[in-house]
Amino acid sequence: MNNRKLFAFIPLVLFLVLGIFLWRGLSLDPTELPSELAEKKKPLPAFELPSLTEPETLLTPADLAGEVALLNVWATWCPTCKEEHGFLNRLARDEGVTIYGINYKDEPGKAREWLRRYLNPYQKVVLDQEGTLGLDMGVYGAPETYVLDAEGRVRYRHVGAVDAQVWETLQQVMQQVRTEAKG
Amino acid sequence: MIKRLCLWLFLLAPLSATAAIDAYEFSNESNEERFHELTGELRCPKCQNQNIADSDAPLAADLRREVHRMVEEGEPDASIIDFMVTRYGEFVLYRPRVTATTWLLWYGPFVLLGIGLLVVFMISRNRRNRQTLSENSTATEAQPGQTEGYSPSDNLTPEEAERLNKLLQQEKDQ
Repeated sequence: MNNRKLFAFIPLVLFLVLGIFLWRGLSLDPTELPSELAEKKKPLPAFELPSLTEPETLLTPADLAGEVALLNVWATWCPTCKEEHGFLNRLARDEGVTIYGINYKDEPGKAREWLRRYLNPYQKVVLDQEGTLGLDMGVYGAPETYVLDAEGRVRYRHVGAVDAQVWETLQQVMQQVRTEAKG
Repeated sequence: MIKRLCLWLFLLAPLSATAAIDAYEFSNESNEERFHELTGELRCPKCQNQNIADSDAPLAADLRREVHRMVEEGEPDASIIDFMVTRYGEFVLYRPRVTATTWLLWYGPFVLLGIGLLVVFMISRNRRNRQTLSENSTATEAQPGQTEGYSPSDNLTPEEAERLNKLLQQEKDQ
């Protein structure tokens, strides 16, 4: 085949390459941002904030370490948080998952009332009224759910409600983190 | 006259309303300038096609507050940008840094331009070569001694050759 005939294939190749990129773009969610903490397996940023349930106790990252756990960022002003709350309750009750909470830019009174009314799946809730911890963690939309390893490092982040499908992924990540720690 | 003035005022009104309104105090003008420059260059993670200066999202307001605080504390631009990148990733930069992954983004267009120029050059060179080639070949065709018209040897019987030549001659005469 001579060069001239090969040149005729250039548009086809360009079309295919463009097509692959666009096809891939269909299944990507551009609003989903990678988490810097999770990408680099960083520990939680330093904080010293009161607990929502016991306002006289101060919580630090050390309080959230010790076992593989979920860390859920929520607020009463966030409708999706309400949507996922029942599922979190079920995880904590039926599956025995350790869940910590960060109450993000919320009114503590309302938040306590919410936990009374809809039950409390969280072992500890950090009260981040000013949103400073959220900012340091790169939270950009509640609810967000993080997987923490036993050393308190961030291993995964999910933005949006946790449901059965998301839980499958979270469970896989937690399992992987556990086996990693053993091996 | 008054109507006209009103029209102008209405036309100008949106200009002042584009930016989100916060009342920030600056200790000097250069700080204020830096603040506007930085907030104009940082992308809001929540509403992704706006910078944090324009966005009305609460998160953008928080980020503006942080930028204001750091500018007033006299932090250099680089460390303010680092602050944002360690939290929200490279995504927040409207002007991405030159790294191995963004190299293509920065220099890709120039590479494409280079390829384009190369193609144009090659095509023009080919064309020139072909032109000189065809000039040479026409020169050889026009050699003397070659008879005009068709002869029986051109896959034609003598009668056909004669007829064809006659028809061609007719056309020429007309």
